[in-house]
Amino acid sequence: MKYRNIMTIRKLTSLALTGVLLTGSALTLGGCSQKSDDNANVLYVYNWGEYIGEDVVEKFEEETGITVIYDEFETNEVMFPKIDADPSEYDVICPSDYMIAKMIENDLLRPLDWDKMPNATAYTGKTYLEQAESFDPGNVYSVPYTWGTVGILYNTEEVDEEIDSWSVLWDEKYYDEILMQDSVRDIFAVALKYLGYSLNTTDLAELEEARDLLIRQKPLVQAYVVDEVRDKMIAGEAKIGVIYSGEAEYTREENEAMAYVIPKEGTNVWIDAWVITRDTHHYENALKWIDFMCRPDIALENFEYIYYSTPNIGAMELMDEEELENETLFPDLDNYDNLEAFDYLGEEAEAMYFELWKELKSAD
Amino acid sequence: MSKTSKHTAMLGLPYYAWAIVFIIVPLFMVVYYGLTDKTGAFTLDNVMAIAHPAHAKALWTSLVLSLESTAVCLLLAYPLCLVLARSGKSSNSFLVLFLIVPMWMNFLLRTYAWQSILEKTGIINTALAALHLPPQHLINTKGGIILGMVYDFLPFMILPIYNALAKIDRNVIHAAHDLGADDLQTFLRVILPLSMPGVISGITMVFIPGMTTFVISALLGGGKILLIGNVIEQEFTLAYDWNMGSGLSLVLLVFIVINIVIQMLTDKDGEGVL
Amino acid sequence: MKALKKFYVGLIFVFMYSPIVLLFIQSFNRSKSRGHWGGFTLQWYAQLLDDESILEALRNSILLAVLSAAIAVVLGTAACVAMQKMRAKSRAVVMGVTNVPMLNADIVTGVALMLLFLTIKIERGFWTVLLAHITFNIPYVILNVMPRFRELNPHIYEAALDLGATPVYAFFKTVLPEIMPGVGSGALMAFTMSLDDFIITHFTTGSGTQTLSTKIYSEVKMGIKPEIYALSSVIFVTVLVLLILVNRVQYRLDRQRLEAE
Repeated sequence: MKYRNIMTIRKLTSLALTGVLLTGSALTLGGCSQKSDDNANVLYVYNWGEYIGEDVVEKFEEETGITVIYDEFETNEVMFPKIDADPSEYDVICPSDYMIAKMIENDLLRPLDWDKMPNATAYTGKTYLEQAESFDPGNVYSVPYTWGTVGILYNTEEVDEEIDSWSVLWDEKYYDEILMQDSVRDIFAVALKYLGYSLNTTDLAELEEARDLLIRQKPLVQAYVVDEVRDKMIAGEAKIGVIYSGEAEYTREENEAMAYVIPKEGTNVWIDAWVITRDTHHYENALKWIDFMCRPDIALENFEYIYYSTPNIGAMELMDEEELENETLFPDLDNYDNLEAFDYLGEEAEAMYFELWKELKSAD
Repeated sequence: MSKTSKHTAMLGLPYYAWAIVFIIVPLFMVVYYGLTDKTGAFTLDNVMAIAHPAHAKALWTSLVLSLESTAVCLLLAYPLCLVLARSGKSSNSFLVLFLIVPMWMNFLLRTYAWQSILEKTGIINTALAALHLPPQHLINTKGGIILGMVYDFLPFMILPIYNALAKIDRNVIHAAHDLGADDLQTFLRVILPLSMPGVISGITMVFIPGMTTFVISALLGGGKILLIGNVIEQEFTLAYDWNMGSGLSLVLLVFIVINIVIQMLTDKDGEGVL
Repeated sequence: MKALKKFYVGLIFVFMYSPIVLLFIQSFNRSKSRGHWGGFTLQWYAQLLDDESILEALRNSILLAVLSAAIAVVLGTAACVAMQKMRAKSRAVVMGVTNVPMLNADIVTGVALMLLFLTIKIERGFWTVLLAHITFNIPYVILNVMPRFRELNPHIYEAALDLGATPVYAFFKTVLPEIMPGVGSGALMAFTMSLDDFIITHFTTGSGTQTLSTKIYSEVKMGIKPEIYALSSVIFVTVLVLLILVNRVQYRLDRQRLEAE
């Protein structure tokens, strides 16, 4: 009996493994990729997952003859240490505002040659370039790719009032119905803006006030989540959530009862932008890539796939009225006077934020 | 014999070499970072940082949750393995395999699926509502985290215990019965001791990963409960403070030492068998 | 009693499989959102076949899992054999070292290995990921194989030697069959861990090499592509069918043997 048991496991393991091995090797002929040498006509691109139109890479390769090695990252924070360790691993990257500032400060980026990017020069909206100066003074290192706001998403079938202020997040009648963003800067931005402070403050007293406010809010919060606000709101898990505008638009397509507002106290305007790494081996190709992204038809294609607001005025001209009038995607920024982009605050301030955040997360 | 045994001992060399390059050397890097500050000067601050209230609380919570999950895994797995191993059907080892296969679905996808089951609008609460029962608060709690850990680590408990139990010779059990032992005595004096190596392997493989998990607390704990794994992970990714992250990791080495002691205690008789 | 046993086993199966069933259903959901049913569709399966990047990631994942598990099994089992010769104390030390990759948070292992590869200037890519996977797989093999040795009857091996068998032959004929269940489950766990790893892979890989896990994690910001659900379902059903087939064959062989006896 014992013997048979052993035989069984051995046989089935080997059979199962053989099966998998066969499928694996059949699929794998020529599977592992090798890095080509520096002179080859290639480009290493590092972008957010699902953050580009489906055929755009292919079009770029066809038109320029450049081979693109395209990788994706999940957060700015997991991207940074890789680039910090080896600033030649990728040529062109698409980080967010504060991360670009951090990379500039750590000398990881190479200035852009705007003369070689006619599309970027012609079609990148002035407003957005001005916004981008908060993290990249003089627009030396980055070309905005997408942008948006952070605001409140709520289900109008469940919430009777018209929401226009962050204060609703502290309203006890929404106990266990509130979703917050699970990231240090986003969470503190909400509290700081509600208190009327800058979301780039490094004043300890202001930050402690924000922390106490957030600890007071914690029992009301259903969950601090990163990417599930979207799905949980659609499923009806919660009535109110703090969310990025692009995602808010997505939930509205699934459920029309969703409403998105930018609170009157102001909020964060975020920008994701293309940058080139310091030790790039393919600088010219990287410039071509960025410029290609700024060509109106390509910018439009990207916009229609990822559905985050584009800073490309050429693409906007190609859109229909309805899309442009969408308040969620293209709010008139002039109507708000307290919008801010995140800036990199330096190591000391980051440590301070992190410390206060741990105290929030550790509170009961 | 002595020549053979020398050859046998040499079989370990590839692994020892491997362990030195890929375990010890990186470990020393962790030790180095953990015991220095940003300028490279020696300090104990990073290790002592475990006394920081938020860190100490996170460590304690991790310890408790991990122990609870390990206990639940053991309580679920042992009877299961007993049933499967002692019924003597050879097809049962297949059943054990079928319990492992769910892990071939990506971890993140599985955990998202648990959200769909446990949420307010999830499957369980929908079913309860249909039966006119009150809704249960299942997710974004410590219970949610424990469930996630149990689900994720249960196969690690099942496999070694099943292997240990399936190995026990039927004749030993018959002998015990023949000598007048009842079922309970046979279990306590024969089966349980013989299955202990499997149980200890299982406990190690559940408890240790449980101490450092951080994704589960984010997805099933609603990000409201801070575990030591979260702290360490964020020291590296958010604060970008490798010194602090390494220092706190060193604290966890204590648990490896405890594990070594347990293995030494339970390995009294094991002088090697080849 | 028997019914109770069956019920209990069934309950554990429901527990292990309910999320899987949900994922399976999700792969036919027209809506990209979890928790919102947008109607039945097969479109994700169709799109899957055209998605080069997902298929490429799948290839990498499978190859990594198979290779790393196989190498870990060989190294780990050999180490277990060798450790039988050790005194209990030194063995406990080796076992302690073995536990380190399991206890270290993934991020610590990942960053440490990345630093190592950078220091010795190996170009990061498929091969460095393979090295990393082997490293975290070996402990699972050792933890599964070691217990088998404790119950091993050493006299059979010695008897084989006395009868003139070479040590290698004696090992394969007397020891290996006895420890095989441990080796099998070790291999299985190693395969599984490799398939599932994200963090360590992320830090040890270079540009151009993605696995299914890193692919899935990178998609989180924009929402996981339903093709991933479709692919997971395909993999899952394939494995399940394979296992059931093996089971059938095994059952028939067993029956034949019983009848022959």
